[in-house]
This record gives sequence, structure tokens and C-alpha cells, in this order.
Amino acid sequence: MNAQFDVIKKKRIQMTIILLVMLLIVFGAKVLTDFSFMEGLASIPGTVFWMFTNLIPTAEAMENFPKVMERLWETIILSILATTTAGIFALFFALFGSKTTKINGLLALLSRVIASVFRNIPVVAWALVLVISFGHNVVTGYFALFFTTFGFLVRAFMETIDEASTDSVEALNATGATYFQMVFRGVIPDTLPQMLSWVFFMIDTNIRSATLVGLLTGTGIGYIFDLYYKRLDYPTVGLITLSIIVVVIVIELISNKVRRMIL
Amino acid sequence: MPTILAEKTEVYEKKGKNKKEFQNSKTILKIKDLYKSYNIKTPVLSMIEMELKQGEFVSIIGPSGAGKSTLLRCINRMIEPSEGSIVFDETEITSLSKKALRGERAKIGMVFQHYNLVSRLTVFENVLHGRFGYKSTLKGILSIFTEEEKQLALEILDKLGMKEFAYKRCDQLSGGQKQRVGIARALVQQPKLLLCDEPIASLDPNSSKVIMDHLKEICETMGITVLVNLHQVDVAVKYSDRIIGLNKGRVVFEGLPKELSNYAIQDIYGSELEDLIVE
Amino acid sequence: MQISEIASSTTSSIKVRNGKIQIKTFNRSNFVLQLTLAFLIIFTVVAPFFLDYKSIDLQTAIFYTVDNLKMMFLQPALNQITIGTALIQILITLALAFLSTVIGAVISFFLAIACAKNLAPTWLSNTIITFNSFIRAVPTVLWVLIFAIVAGLGSVAAILGMTLHTIAYLSKAYSESFEEIDGGMIEALRATGAKWWHIIVHVVLPQTSSYMISWTFLRFETNYGVAIAMGAAAAAGGIGFELFMSSSFYYDLHEVGAITYFALIIALILEVISVQIKNRLIGSR
Ligand SMILES: Nc1ncnc2c1ncn2[C@@H]1O[C@H](COP(=O)(O)OP(=O)(O)OP(=O)(O)O)[C@@H](O)[C@H]1O
Ligand SMILES: [Mg+2]
Repeated sequence: MNAQFDVIKKKRIQMTIILLVMLLIVFGAKVLTDFSFMEGLASIPGTVFWMFTNLIPTAEAMENFPKVMERLWETIILSILATTTAGIFALFFALFGSKTTKINGLLALLSRVIASVFRNIPVVAWALVLVISFGHNVVTGYFALFFTTFGFLVRAFMETIDEASTDSVEALNATGATYFQMVFRGVIPDTLPQMLSWVFFMIDTNIRSATLVGLLTGTGIGYIFDLYYKRLDYPTVGLITLSIIVVVIVIELISNKVRRMIL
Repeated sequence: MPTILAEKTEVYEKKGKNKKEFQNSKTILKIKDLYKSYNIKTPVLSMIEMELKQGEFVSIIGPSGAGKSTLLRCINRMIEPSEGSIVFDETEITSLSKKALRGERAKIGMVFQHYNLVSRLTVFENVLHGRFGYKSTLKGILSIFTEEEKQLALEILDKLGMKEFAYKRCDQLSGGQKQRVGIARALVQQPKLLLCDEPIASLDPNSSKVIMDHLKEICETMGITVLVNLHQVDVAVKYSDRIIGLNKGRVVFEGLPKELSNYAIQDIYGSELEDLIVE
Repeated sequence: MQISEIASSTTSSIKVRNGKIQIKTFNRSNFVLQLTLAFLIIFTVVAPFFLDYKSIDLQTAIFYTVDNLKMMFLQPALNQITIGTALIQILITLALAFLSTVIGAVISFFLAIACAKNLAPTWLSNTIITFNSFIRAVPTVLWVLIFAIVAGLGSVAAILGMTLHTIAYLSKAYSESFEEIDGGMIEALRATGAKWWHIIVHVVLPQTSSYMISWTFLRFETNYGVAIAMGAAAAAGGIGFELFMSSSFYYDLHEVGAITYFALIIALILEVISVQIKNRLIGSR
């Protein structure tokens, strides 16, 4: 009875300490970033009110619609293109890096390290460096998205392969199949739906990332957002935001539908 | 008393040959002095010696962790043996190059506990995967099979009572059906040896009987040597021509089913048997 | 056996076309899969022709890029800022990520309870899901810039924007793990007459805490990356802002390289911790 009581007591003390440490870090972070909870809380109603009064597209803003659509289209193409091309490279790296389909340990390690580095270099770093040589050009955005997407997809594909196909890989190897027969007839059929699902996820993510990259590099929908934001033309800013919402949600709906059919 | 001991198991005698009759048959597999260790301290397999004749049905029994799966996988080098010699169909397996190994693997069928099918492909496609060992890489990738190969696959499916399911996706089959597809894939290789790693461990008694009957029939009518890992002693006794008992990586029993006394079973299962009795 | 024989000897269940036995039949899921794949491949081939490259000299640009990347990754150096500053800026970025994760996690917990199908009414759950997908559809940087109009550019706007996305993400993750709780457990407690809050504290929390911790740290890892981006694109401060300054203001690629390395190392450490947490708490497969 006593021992049981002790355990509960110990757990209580442990929880209290964790909570205190967390609070301490929160306080430290608050000081470091100059953040104020009150200010944050106070600005929420103001922002919501402001959004509903200023971000509604007016007839005037609708005149910019064709321009917005043009940039939006560019962003969509860019996002899909970066995802699909990165996906092709990622597939091979994932195959070489996965536990079940690796060719040798060194190559597997190398492929994992490369993927990890690309995944973790911030997309803004790519954007900022590439814009110096490629200028305000779609190519800048393309490469910036390509590198991070590649890193992410290698990991996602690798996990998909690891989870799905140990068994069938073993069976195909036992029949005397060659490496590529095993990959294309054993691994790919089982994992392709899941991989495509990741590709869709990444297209969706990339449309949002493309906005960020566009802001920094003066391309696509991010550029035009920045332009009207700085001109304080908020109805057009609202129009741009709405159009991004529509595109992202439509892509999400399509990909959910396709995913349900292929999985 | 556990059922495996209480029941005086009937020996499969009607068609079963005795040890002598196989002595004149051709040797299909000969293992000498096989060692396997993952770390230097404790070998998983040691001093394994065995010889399998054409058309023989041999079971390996032993407690969990005895090394049954490892032994089976060493034969087609899905796991690299550490030492020793494995001669299959007059070819030394242990020294083969990768490419030559693929050629030999094509002649050894393998059946798995978890069926190991490509679940999103049809039964037909899965069965034809057994032909990859005889195909160029490109033809395999593009799934180009000759009509003879397809016909062979259909014949085998028919024999196993699975032809009507040829176009079904494998994830829509029951366990027993999946295992029959697994066997069909192995048979389409036209193998000389069939390695089965606990083929009935995930199946209910009815499906288990169907699968074991099929394996026995394959062995008798097609003359294919069958080597099966089993957990159920009564099943091993019922179907085998010969039984090999494995404990801690060593062969501790080898003989006819009728020679497998309670004493021998105790030898094979060791202390685990006491656990069984307590239950 | 001849081919003609097969056709006759086999029952009608086997399909023959042009004298060849078919090894698969039409199947909707495969059809959609192939259609999707074909669309993506065609798109990838055709789409590049629809982009406006503004007469870019690709060869020179690539040449310069390689040069720049060399400067960046092979000769990293800090020139404008000291190591001390860089470390403090990294801390600030981590702090931004931490605050938005913590605030987001607390709010998400309550939202997730109201969103889990086994704990809340369907209409409430659906409303929250819709609200979440609306929040997620707007890029974080746009949220931050919108908040900045009222709150001013800086940490407040950045944390508010990042918190929104954190909420959308975590409340979904939390509520999904709530939904996986065995219904019997909740029923058993309900049968004893326990209050709703007792069920939350004594069943839901203990059953899902490891998942929640794991998801939350994963989000912290993500937020660290987002915080860098917000520093560069929305003047939220931290290492992202230094990255922006050294590349767009000083054109100092050596420093960009050094900062990138700093950011990368922290990201890798976070990734390792996050994987460790996941393996410890949930168990690796
Ligand atoms: N990859 C590996 N690395 C290290 N040890 C291993 C590995 N694979 C198997 N072992 C060990 O080898 C021994 C034999 O394993 P094996 O799977 O062959 O046993 P088994 O007789 O098939 O058991 P079961 O009846 O449970 O399938 C076990 O002690 C196991 O822990
Ligand atoms: Mg085993």
C-alpha cells in the first residue's frame, strides 16, 4: 500500500518538475523572442475583424483576376513539375536506401545521408542562393522546391518500401529473380499507390511552399501577393489568398478521391 | 498431457515408402558440416549433415529458435552459410557466383508461412513470378511470358483447385487459398526441391490438411523432393517419409516417423516440453 | 497441349485475346492508378513548355550556381555576424518554434477532443475538420503577413501564424489517435458512472500520451523549419532573418553557407531526437 502510494507520489513530483521546466522554457522563449501573450491575444479579434472588412475582393480587385490567374497557373505547374521530377529521383534513392531493396550497405547509408541533408536544408536557403544566379525566374523556384521535395520523398518512399514489401521481396529472390525484376514486379506494384499518395501530398505542400519561395524570389503567386500587399491593395490580396485556398482545397479533394480509388 | 503425446499417431503408411526404398534414388541435396553463426559466440546451426533423395518427403521439427528457418534459407543462400558444403543436384551451392546462384534458385521452390505474395497483383501474375529465374531482366519487368508458361501456370492452378481464382487480386483470398498460390508459384519453377517454411502455421486445421495433402501429392506424383519445417509433430509423423529433429542448431534426431518415440520428442523439444505439460 | 486446346479445355473463366492468354483483367483501381500515372508523366513532359523563362541563359546560370554552391558549402565563413550572434539567432528561431508548438498543442488538445468521432458529436467534428482544412490551405507566410497588418511585423505575427498551422495539424493528429482508443475502455468507465472529464483524464490521456508527445515533437521539428522561413520572408527574426540579410543584402555566400550549416546541424539533431522519441514511445516496426 505504502509502495503504491510512493509510486503515485513520485509520478506527481516528476510531472510537476516537467511542467515547471516547460514553463521555464516558455518564459525564456518569450523573453528571447520579445513575444507577449496579451498582445497576441489582443490582436486576434482585430485581425479577424480586419480580414472580414478588408480582404473581401471588390469589383476593382477582380480586374486583376487574369493577372492573378496567370501567376497562379505558373505556381501550380511549378509545384507539380518539381514534385514529379523529384519523385523519379527519389524513387531510385529510396530503393537503394531501403533495408529490403538495398544493393549494399555503403550505398544505402550514402543515400540516406544525402536525403537527410536535402530534407533539412531550409527551402529559403535554396531560394536565396539560387535567385542570385537564376534571377527572378521560375527556374529558381523550381530548383528550390525540387531539392526539398526530393529529400522528403526519399524518406517517405523509403518508409513505404520498408513497411510494405519484405515478404514478397524474399519470395521473388527465392525464385531466382534479378534485382530489377524483383523491384518492378514485386516492390513497385505493392507500393506505388502509397507512393502516389505521397506525391499528391507533396504537390499540395509545394503549392504553399511555392508561395513562400515566390515571395523571396519574385516569382509566381508569391510575387504578386507581395506586390499588392506592399501597395496596400488589400482586396486584391484577399483575391489572391482566396484563389490559393481554392486551388489547395481542390487539389486536396482530387487527391483524396484518387487515393480512395487506388489504395 | 499434451495432445501430441497422448495421441498414438497413425503413421502414413499406405503410400509411404520406407527408408530402404529411397536408398536407390538419386541424391538431390547433400549438406555436409554446415555452420551458421550471426555472432562468433553462439552458432545458430552447427555440424548439420543431411541427405535428401529424389521424391522424399522430409520434415524438420524443433522448438522455436532451433534454427529451422535458418537451415532452410541456407540451402538456397537466402541466408549466407558460414561454413560447410551444400550440394544440390550435383552443384556446390556455397561457392556459386550471384548469377549462377539465381539459376540454381530457379530450380528450388520455396513456400512461406506468410505466403509472401505481391498482394495487389492477380493470382495469375503471382504464379508466373515463378518463371523469373528463367527470364531476361527486361522480359521479366515487362511481364512477357510465353503461352507455354501461362498454360503451365494454369495447369498447376487447376491441379491445386485455384483456376477459377486466376484473375482475383491476392489480397482478396483466404489464407489457405493464398498458400495454394504460393505453392503454385513454386511449382511453376518446375523445381527439383521444394522448401516449405512452416507452410501451415497460419492456417486453420481444414486448410492445413488441404495444403499438406497437396504437398504430399506433389511429392509423390511429380517426384519433387519436399523439405518442410513444421511445428506440429503429429502432422510431421502423418505425412513424412523421414523426420529430422533440430535443437539449438544441432540435429538431435533423424529417422522414420515410427521411430519418433516420446523419448525422442523429449530430446528434440527439451525443457520446453515441461512447459507444455504444465499447461 | 496446343494453345487452341487451352482455350477449349479451360473453362470460360480464362480470358484469351488474339490467341494469347491474359494474365490480368480490367480492374478499376488499377485503371485509375495507371490513368493518374499517365497524367503525371504527360504533365511532366509537356508542362515545361508552358512556363515563361524570360530568355534566361541557362548555361551561365547553372555555371554561376555551381560556383555559388561551391562558395557556400566548401568555404563557409561568418563575416557580418559572430558565432555568438549566430547561436543566439538560432536560439531565437528555436524559441519561435517552441512557443508556437506549445501554444498550438494546448489548443489542439481541446479541439481534438471536440473533433474525435468517439468523444464528440458529428456536427462539431465536421465543423472543426472543415475549419482546419481552411486554415491549412493558406500558406503560413500569408497568415503571418495578414496578422502583421494588425500586430505589426515581428514575433507576435509570426507566432500567431505558425500556431494556426500547428493547430490544424496537431488537432487532426491528436483526434486520430483518440479515435483509435478501444471503445470498451471508455464504456467501462462510463458504466461506473464516471464523469466525462474523468474519462478524458484517466483513459484518453494515458492511452494516447505517447502518440501525442511523438506528434508534438515532430511538429516542433517542422516548426523549426517554418520559423527559419518566417525569419527570412516575414521579418520574424532569428537565423532566417540573418540568412536573408547575408544573401540578399550583403551577397555574402560564405556566410550563407555557414548559416545554412548551423541550421542544418540543428535540424539533423532535431530529426534524430524525433526518431528516437518515436521509437522509444511507439516502438519501431
Ligand atoms: N538476422 C539475425 N541476426 C541474429 N540472430 C538471428 C537472426 N535471424 C535469426 N537469428 C537467431 O537464430 C536462431 C534461429 O532462428 P530461426 O528463425 O532459424 O529459428 P526457427 O527454428 O525457425 O524458429 P521458429 O520456429 O520460431 O520460426 C534464433 O535464436 C534467432 O534469434
Ligand atoms: Mg522459423
